[in-house]
Amino acid sequence: MPRPDRLPPFERVVATHGATVLRVCRALLGPVDADDAWSETFLAALRAYPDLEPGRNVEAWLVTIAHRKAIDVHRVRARIPVPTETLPERPASTGIPGSGDDELWQAVAALPFTQRAAVVYHHVAGLPYAEIAEILGNSTDAARRAAADGRAALRRHYQLETGTRR
Amino acid sequence: MNLPRPQASTTDLAWLHTRLVVDAQAAGLLDLAYRVVDSPVGPLLVAATGTGIVRVAFAADGYDDILDDLAARISPRILEAPARLDSAARQLDEYFHGRRHTFDLPLDLRLATGFRRDVIVHLPTIGYGHTASYAEVAAASGSPRAVRAVGTACAKNPLPVIVPCHRVVRSDGGIGQYVGGVDAKRALLQLESSA
Repeated sequence: MPRPDRLPPFERVVATHGATVLRVCRALLGPVDADDAWSETFLAALRAYPDLEPGRNVEAWLVTIAHRKAIDVHRVRARIPVPTETLPERPASTGIPGSGDDELWQAVAALPFTQRAAVVYHHVAGLPYAEIAEILGNSTDAARRAAADGRAALRRHYQLETGTRR
Repeated sequence: MNLPRPQASTTDLAWLHTRLVVDAQAAGLLDLAYRVVDSPVGPLLVAATGTGIVRVAFAADGYDDILDDLAARISPRILEAPARLDSAARQLDEYFHGRRHTFDLPLDLRLATGFRRDVIVHLPTIGYGHTASYAEVAAASGSPRAVRAVGTACAKNPLPVIVPCHRVVRSDGGIGQYVGGVDAKRALLQLESSA
């Protein structure tokens, strides 16, 4: 067994958290920008990984990095392409992000950025509000309030659009 | 409120992983690359640094333990990156088909130090299809009385198969121990004697 104060191989970090970080990026940014945000997040994480303090919540750490990338994308929706010389053709993918839930994700995408981030980090990444406050740079109460406001806006959207509650 | 979870298919994640390997390599952040290569003596884990092949391991060693050890001793910046090890995989395949007698691969011997390293450096001089006794290797490595230490060096060889510790046998004709198990050692010696 590895000692708990040792960092596992980064490959295991990708295997364990890759899917959640991709879901977070997709919920936050939509499918196209999500791929770039995921790639930039894991590349930045790989760079900083040897200095990660042992015992840190790795998922929260990754979402923190993804958040910074998402802010960049949010601010300037223009990107520099990454080198892709040996990259294979992308296999076909089914509808992103959701299966019949696209409308909801469009509504999420329409939320103000902080509300959207709070909703996604809590409901998609499963992070506690204390961690989300760290990421957003606000208080636990403010993070909880942002998520509540976001949920209220989504409910209003659904009542308006479909007359049903989710 | 229950939000649906956006998709994250294994196909998408595999593609993103490939892209991460390419980006990491371009940024000089891929300290260790590894892949698993099939062989007649079971799947082999092969790992390389920027210098060369640094580790070969049998499944019985436990790949997770091996990778944990590499993370602690070399760097945790480790990714499964098969393309980085194409040349090693091809040469191993040729070797196991009897078409290759010596490996022409850059090696990183940092995991073998001191006398163990002297032994590891000497082992490739035992030719394909030949064997040497632990005593002979001890003498050739400059410490004729260190027969037991040669046994330890072979048992801890970080690069089995590629650095041929399987060619070191007992003076009395016994096959001796092997890091990959005696059956694997017998299979390798058989392969080399029949080619």
